[in-house]
Amino acid sequence: MARSTKKGAFVDGHLQQRVEAMNSRNEKKVLRTWSRRSTVLPEFVGHTIAVHNGKKFIPVYVTENMVGHKLGEFSFTRQFKGHSMKAATESAAKPAAAPKA
Amino acid sequence: MARIAGVDLPRQKHVHIALTYIYGIGNPRSARILDQAKVEPMKKVQDLNEEEVNRIRQVIEAEGLVEGDLRKEVSMNIKRLIEIGSYRGYRHRRNLPVRGQRTHTNARTRKGPRKGTVAQKKKATAKT
Repeated sequence: MARSTKKGAFVDGHLQQRVEAMNSRNEKKVLRTWSRRSTVLPEFVGHTIAVHNGKKFIPVYVTENMVGHKLGEFSFTRQFKGHSMKAATESAAKPAAAPKA
Repeated sequence: MARIAGVDLPRQKHVHIALTYIYGIGNPRSARILDQAKVEPMKKVQDLNEEEVNRIRQVIEAEGLVEGDLRKEVSMNIKRLIEIGSYRGYRHRRNLPVRGQRTHTNARTRKGPRKGTVAQKKKATAKT
């Protein structure tokens, strides 16, 4: 179920404070954060936020279209480099050998 | 005869069913439209007079998107997800399930027909 609009979008307080501080000082720095659960607010647009993916910080440049999504959506937690050919041939050989025995 | 939103309605069917041939109109929306247009849902399409057809057209027009416009909006939404580099966009690009379903098995709607390995094909032919 969607969150009640009465409460507004969820953002971690520490993140919001830091972005607002940067906005009031008119500076742009890369912000490191672990707060993947925070919603992207209109105030974030134009900033680059480095969002932790469990291993490292992925820099996310926030554009207008991203407003309303969560920061975690832009910092993938899995990497998929494709299946290796070797594993494919092994797994293909095993089931073929089994019914014979 | 009855052409609504660029779609020819089947003449033999009841209006409330015939309207669902339009992309974006299902049973609930069809019922709502007919209620608003004050057209008998069980009437056949061929029995509708011109005025009733026009009323249905107007209600659909006022009520929301159908057909091309709706398709356009849906594809624009998907395009947006892809452009902003979100996880959902990534899943769309790869033609994998978008909402966190399992992909170890199933997910055939998105992935399409199985690309079997050679061994699996052999097994299948041996059994039959």
